[in-house]
Amino acid sequence: MTLPPLAETAIIIGAHAEDWRAAVRLAGLALARSGAARQGYADEMIRMIEEHGPYVVIAPGLVLAHARPGPEVLADGIAVVTLATPVPFGHPHNDPVRVVLGLATESSDGHLESVAELANVFNDSSAIADLAAATTIAEVQKIMEGTA
Amino acid sequence: MKIVAICGAGIGSSGILKINAERVLKRLGLEADVTAAHLGSVVSDAADAQIILTSAEFVDAIGKTYADVIVIENYFDTAELATKLQAALGS
Repeated sequence: MTLPPLAETAIIIGAHAEDWRAAVRLAGLALARSGAARQGYADEMIRMIEEHGPYVVIAPGLVLAHARPGPEVLADGIAVVTLATPVPFGHPHNDPVRVVLGLATESSDGHLESVAELANVFNDSSAIADLAAATTIAEVQKIMEGTA
Repeated sequence: MKIVAICGAGIGSSGILKINAERVLKRLGLEADVTAAHLGSVVSDAADAQIILTSAEFVDAIGKTYADVIVIENYFDTAELATKLQAALGS
């Protein structure tokens, strides 16, 4: 399985989020809009953070919001939300968050290839700042393809 | 050698840790079986692991283990992973 190219509907640029829940909700909205998840998936992603803490802030400025595979997931997919104003998640090292990734996966077996692609993009340490600074959908798509 | 990456869901973050740990081990010329797991299965999945990779949030929940628990701050920083894995492996 490889991820389909990032759809325009899966990208929100320069969004305003009041707090971390609102930021995660935007990623849920983008996943729902692009057909990867139902609207309830946003609540599941929020619940994961409420339950386990802000560990999903996995790199400086970046949160990988996700929940487990389940009925709220319709297809494997990724969404990208960039925030106009960085939002704290309460992470000791990686706050505040400027880029929210939403990840939906249909099965826990299939997800490794999609996260491998995420690793390919974000192991380049400039990717997060580049995404945060992107002003067009096309720029975000290019960065997420690893070709920027 | 067995390494287990632990996160809350067993997908996503632990998957990224698994993939980057495999890349780092390969670069260091080390062989290990790296799996991704979630907190709920840590007792069975990590029972025979030498190393557990995770976030600070999960250290208490993982509890008592014979494995070295390594806390990773930046999951995409392969240099951090390499340094911490090398320290744990004593190489």
